[in-house]
Amino acid sequence: MNFNDTEQQAQFRAKCSAWLKNNAQLTSQTSNHNPHGKAGSPEFLDASRIWQKKKFDAGWAMLHWPKIYGGLEASPLERIIWGQEEAKFNVPRGVYEIGLGMAGPVMMQYATEQQKQRYLPPMAAGEEIWCQLFSEPSAGSDVAGLRSKAVKDGDDWIINGQKVWTSGAQFCDYGIIVVRHDPNLDKHAGMTFFFVDMKSPGIDIKPIKQITGGSSFNEVYFNDVRIPDSQRLGAVGDGWRVAITTLMNERLAVGDANGVDAAEAFEWAKGQDDHGQALIENRAVRESIADWYCQASGLKNTKLRTMSALSKGDTPGPEASITKVVSANKLQAIGNFGIDSLDMAGMLKTELSDVHDFHNAWLGSAGLRIAGGTDEILKNIIAERVLGLPQDPRADKGLAFKDIPSGS
Amino acid sequence: MNLDFSDDQKLLQSEARKFLEKEQSLQRSRSVLDQQQALDTDLWQQIVAMGWTGIRIPEEYDGLGLGHLELCMVAEELGRSLAPVPFSSSVYLFTEAVIKFASDEIKQDLLPKLVTGECVGTLAITEQLLAPTAQNMNVTVAGNTVSGSKIAVPDAGIATHVIVLCKGQKGIELRLVELNEDCNVQKQDTIDDSRGHFSIDFRNAQGRLLGDHGEGWALLQNLLDQAAVMFSFEQLGGAQATLDMATNYAQQRFAFGRAIGSYQAIKHKLADMYIKLTLAKSNSYYGAWALSTESAELAVAAATARVSATQAFNYCSQENIQTHGGNGFTWEYDCHLFYRRAKLLSLNVGSLATWKEKLIHGLEKTQPTNAQQGV
Repeated sequence: MNFNDTEQQAQFRAKCSAWLKNNAQLTSQTSNHNPHGKAGSPEFLDASRIWQKKKFDAGWAMLHWPKIYGGLEASPLERIIWGQEEAKFNVPRGVYEIGLGMAGPVMMQYATEQQKQRYLPPMAAGEEIWCQLFSEPSAGSDVAGLRSKAVKDGDDWIINGQKVWTSGAQFCDYGIIVVRHDPNLDKHAGMTFFFVDMKSPGIDIKPIKQITGGSSFNEVYFNDVRIPDSQRLGAVGDGWRVAITTLMNERLAVGDANGVDAAEAFEWAKGQDDHGQALIENRAVRESIADWYCQASGLKNTKLRTMSALSKGDTPGPEASITKVVSANKLQAIGNFGIDSLDMAGMLKTELSDVHDFHNAWLGSAGLRIAGGTDEILKNIIAERVLGLPQDPRADKGLAFKDIPSGS
Repeated sequence: MNLDFSDDQKLLQSEARKFLEKEQSLQRSRSVLDQQQALDTDLWQQIVAMGWTGIRIPEEYDGLGLGHLELCMVAEELGRSLAPVPFSSSVYLFTEAVIKFASDEIKQDLLPKLVTGECVGTLAITEQLLAPTAQNMNVTVAGNTVSGSKIAVPDAGIATHVIVLCKGQKGIELRLVELNEDCNVQKQDTIDDSRGHFSIDFRNAQGRLLGDHGEGWALLQNLLDQAAVMFSFEQLGGAQATLDMATNYAQQRFAFGRAIGSYQAIKHKLADMYIKLTLAKSNSYYGAWALSTESAELAVAAATARVSATQAFNYCSQENIQTHGGNGFTWEYDCHLFYRRAKLLSLNVGSLATWKEKLIHGLEKTQPTNAQQGV
């Protein structure tokens, strides 16, 4: 056992690190949390575009992609090494992840060669931003319950309906979308997958105000929006199969919840007063921090085990499936801890302390426990796919979609 | 990057597993419990014959000269099969103490005998019905004579030697005592009688010093840090066994016309077991790395492994009973054997609260590296 890179890996890491040092600032050397502007602001978007383009020009943007689309044909492990090195730098994050992580692989697998050459390089370069249009008001965890309609009209399809929870729709250029082309077929058989120009006539985007006060998600309305049949990904009726590849990817690979962790809780507890002594002296606090530390360490070492498997050329086990459910719940617990530690004053939004980090964790974690697969869905996936337990009996099997009870 | 065991180590594990299955270790554990035998002597002798007690003993003392990683692999299998043998006390605690702290003369004497099974050792710490501290040790040593009483000492019935935590003139020290007529050993009833625990009265027993006068408490902590990693592998093995049992049962048991494993209440319970087990496994691998490389991170790594492994086995064994419903509460089903062993292992080298405290104490002494590595 060792935590060392092989010579080849060390060389690759040094290459990543050298480029990053010349092009970005280490987080540890920046005092400002948001040097790129507030997430979602025009300045932030600009900073994100500039950073993405810089990475693309040097080959790092989608380093695992084929060279003809702007990648470096890097191995999965090299991709992880790049991610580890980039994580040390204060660079704008969040604008491109969904497009590159979800639309990218679908386009790679299902688009024509001509489309790939047209769309993939600008996607990687950040010149065109992509979003994902799956969820609907009545199709959340049960994504296959979606109702947006597609009707064939000559060489086009006409789309009507509503999508929701679409991150970044307000500034996206293209989106991947799954819609229902035939409600008379079985639920999973009646769907078809497309990519769509988000500037098409008939698309109306309305931001959703979240409990954090921010608006990173949107409702997207489709009124007689035309999509050329050439933008269909997969066969007519294959929509679910195309969608599920990306969904599984999202549900299992959504990473650590960002924000305060055991280390921050520990530092906080050392600096807070608790009835005349340091909060860290409080037995209950010590036990809680020990729990969070073990969870954080467990997730970190789980990733290292995954890397070890990749390093040996093996396929990693299903261990990484626990990441989001553990980290989002941990974040919520730590948020509560920090706020409660100020007792009655914990309610105050004050710049006099770093309590806002805990406020953010407390509010944000409530969303993280839902986004990218709820705790409940993720546990179902672990139970069914990892442990091999049977699926729930379903009330929607063998029925035409239009005949499935919907509660409305 | 290699946070994994080698192919050779995994082969040793798979051989250990096959052996313990063939020898019906779990059934033997039930039988020891039923008959209050303290251990299965036949299984123990076979384990000795396989050379496992000498895994970490250098070849110059007739051992196999392998490392802690090999020991961790065997530990996982002993935990999975609830082996009713004095392995943890004699190997993770006693043998390690002799290797680390004893004089050459003692090593020459005892290590070859630990390989052959002629010598079996244990460690005596607890004296009262509370957590042991450097302040509440009352077994005294005067000259080389040890007097006083210890309780909850594992495997003292078969042990030939015991390392005793004593109060000396300069503070706590470790004394190596040969169990003879000066030591009155009595079996104690415990929550898991598949593993024997004993009280020992020392009446002017001769004890040889291990380490220095006054450094016994520090040596003990190091010994426990090491042992905690190996205990965590026993706990992992047990937790995996209970998760497997619960999963099988949930697939086969029907209620309201369907397998109970198709209900989300059961799925989520089993997913929680898997989550806790996975965290514990990854942390135990980290502990094994720290142990095998003699890392300065051992204290924190061992506590992290120990806390998560205790949480995992406690949770998995308790929810395994719950998943089995009424059957899980019967003596006939094996669920309670794991429930007992989980609790016993969670106490053997110190409770959950004790190890959480050790973890935070360790973090206070060193800066945590977790947040900085950006992994």
